[in-house]
Amino acid sequence: MPLVQILTYVALAIAFIAMLAKALKYFTAPQHLRWELYPVPHEKGRAEYGGSYLEELDWWSKPRRPDLFNEIKEMMQEIFLLKGVYHHNRKVWRFSLPFHLGLYLCIGWLVMLLVGAILELAGIAISASADLLGVLVHYLTVIFGYAGLILSGLGALGLLQWRMSDTNQRPYNAPAEYLNLFVFVAVAAVTLIGQLTADPGFVALRGYTASLASFSRAALPGTLLTVEIVMVSLLIMYIPLTRMSHFVAKYFLYHSVRWNDQPNERGSKLEQSLMKLLQQNVEWKAPHIQTGSRWSEVVKEMKHE
Amino acid sequence: MSRQQLRVKDIGRKTDQLVSIDTSRLPKLPYPYEDWEDPPYPEIPEVKRANKNISLDGILNVPVPEPETEAEKEELVAKFLEGLRKLLTSRNNWTFLKPLMLSLDNCVRCNTCSDACPMFEMSGRVEVYRPLFRSEVLRRIIKKHLTPGGRLTAKFTGADIDLNWDTIARLAQLAYRCTLCRRCAQTCPMGVDNGLIAREIRKLFSQELGIVAPELHVEGTVKQLETGSSTGISPTALMDLFEFMEEDLHDRTGLNIKMPFDKPNADILLIHNAGEFLSWPENIEAFALIFEIAGLNWTLSSEMVGYDSVNYGLFYEDIQLARVTLKHAEVAKKLGVKKVVVAECGHAHKAIMAIGDRVWLDESNIPRESCMVTLEDLIMNEKIMIDPERNNFPVTMHDPCNITRSMGIIEPQRRVIKKICPQFREMTPHGVHNYCCGGGSGFAIMQSNNFPNWRFTVPGRKKFAQILNAFTREELDPSRHKYVCAPCSNCKGQIRDLLNYYDAWDRTHIQYGGLVELIVNAMTDVREGFIEWDEFH
Repeated sequence: MPLVQILTYVALAIAFIAMLAKALKYFTAPQHLRWELYPVPHEKGRAEYGGSYLEELDWWSKPRRPDLFNEIKEMMQEIFLLKGVYHHNRKVWRFSLPFHLGLYLCIGWLVMLLVGAILELAGIAISASADLLGVLVHYLTVIFGYAGLILSGLGALGLLQWRMSDTNQRPYNAPAEYLNLFVFVAVAAVTLIGQLTADPGFVALRGYTASLASFSRAALPGTLLTVEIVMVSLLIMYIPLTRMSHFVAKYFLYHSVRWNDQPNERGSKLEQSLMKLLQQNVEWKAPHIQTGSRWSEVVKEMKHE
Repeated sequence: MSRQQLRVKDIGRKTDQLVSIDTSRLPKLPYPYEDWEDPPYPEIPEVKRANKNISLDGILNVPVPEPETEAEKEELVAKFLEGLRKLLTSRNNWTFLKPLMLSLDNCVRCNTCSDACPMFEMSGRVEVYRPLFRSEVLRRIIKKHLTPGGRLTAKFTGADIDLNWDTIARLAQLAYRCTLCRRCAQTCPMGVDNGLIAREIRKLFSQELGIVAPELHVEGTVKQLETGSSTGISPTALMDLFEFMEEDLHDRTGLNIKMPFDKPNADILLIHNAGEFLSWPENIEAFALIFEIAGLNWTLSSEMVGYDSVNYGLFYEDIQLARVTLKHAEVAKKLGVKKVVVAECGHAHKAIMAIGDRVWLDESNIPRESCMVTLEDLIMNEKIMIDPERNNFPVTMHDPCNITRSMGIIEPQRRVIKKICPQFREMTPHGVHNYCCGGGSGFAIMQSNNFPNWRFTVPGRKKFAQILNAFTREELDPSRHKYVCAPCSNCKGQIRDLLNYYDAWDRTHIQYGGLVELIVNAMTDVREGFIEWDEFH
């Protein structure tokens, strides 16, 4: 098996493991105290002005009906329109939006390459002159691929220019930030050039994807495309190791913290988990804390020296 | 050092003072304060600054020690690192580990938070007050000193920061240059909460090194747990205050209202910020009058801590926070009340209702409600009768961050004030997007050294400008009555101090107070004139 193909497998494995580890880190973190921040979009009839169920008389005696539709709507606006950035940082939004939309399209492009590869393995031709399914997959691959690469590349270029030119921003940029954006620009540029010159219909790349999907030896599609595959593989591996995989954390930041207004009820699972946490020993060492005692003990007795 | 040159790594630079506030360069205030000139901050007497590190900005509100020997400094740095490790473990920080990790790991350094911060804006954009600056100091220390390989990659990841006592001491001071209003978090596209990070830094210093603002700890939670109240009012003294307030209420209204206390199995335990007892007894009297006339079955408590809803632990650490809130739960449980109603105090709302929600467990889990909701029910359902004409003067309202941004209680108080005040107008912005009064996170009670001057001119400046902008030029004429409603004790204290500092009583005759005072002022069962206009109090 060519080294390039092994590299792609390794990249995919590392990306998967790193992403999973990141999600698990947050998923397994202990239950925290309430720290929500309004507006919370699932507050039915109140989200628009930032209200909550705490506005109701005897709120605990009334059923809570979270507005999941509004929550999903808010999420979609955040994911596809970057609503928060639009409202609070327009100069970043004009680059960040195409960058993110480009990335979504690139993900769609990789998915379409995989779908096309599987269909080809199943004997279904993928091309502009094939059957309806083959035509559809062909055009979606082409549209997603070129649009995604152009948008993400230009967006990354714009963000790079913003980071380099904004005097308020510059002191907070690490070299890693510049590198990350530069890598996106470079990968998008090389991939675009590679595809347009050597494989405009993504036929060779689909063939390579089919080899990956079937675990068969890939025939390397020329030097430029090989360089492109190496770069994309490295990028896939690199993203989860950096803050660029912030979409994982953002899910938890919003759902577990910012929008988490779940009230604690007697005898609930939430209450049980909290009681369990109180049985841990405290190691803080300030004079007013009984180091070594359990939380449940420390919070009930004041230490007097 | 000029502002443009300052970088995060400068936090550890060997210099007497990293930044200084030039009060002549602060942003201008609106009419009638265009010509206002803030005096320079007063010098801190040598005796008070001795052995203290104030090298961030020369402002003293948290007594960070300045050891004489390098060995002592190294010991403190080691202690800090030990505390930082604990802050990042589940066992020691289960209370906020998840939100903290998420906020530390995922900032994309876009600086959106900076434009949302009134302190940064009104300081004239002093770099160290940028919300991102403080968080970056902590992130870089973690990255370089607690992450495997962190030193090797420090240059690349931007974590090039020196770990010395100046860095740590200035970080402690930086944690007390944020009101924890969380306005920055609201605008962060990622959901990162710089306010939480500031609080977690305060927690580390308090729970591991015992470094904390004395007004919050020794004079705050410790005094409250030992004497019954952070004001020092003991249960015995409380009885005298009840008696005084009943007489005062009679003098003001002609009504004989008894303050019920320790009544078992009442429907409501009403719990006030004890600062009201000393500074604004008319607020407590107004609540008593409203609840009695509405015929509610309610009580106050005279048990230790049960008559003071204050919980300064919210502002600086979890253990004292839990100790105080559990005392509140214990009192409510012992009285057998059906619910606890939190009076006009924003941070008490959050400590008792939101934080308490995951601390008042099992049988202590007694329902809790905001007074805004209780009052709304009484006014909107006409359980007390109102003549809005009695409040026919310009009124605006300040939104306490803890009640609005952190709890989503926005409209009940608005429905009340709109019904009882025909000339009510909003500040811009308001509600969930409000600006902090500048006294949040305990600032309002920090009255020593040069800190008050900083508090009035930097974090409080935006609120003062908002208050002025809520009224027209004609209305700002000192001959006309006007009122700022601040339904929170800490905010009210800050607004009182702001009006005082800016000489606003003489210049504009703006009066301030709570929501219940406005209600009583409009009640037809009460003789007119509950709000006093002839003096500033």
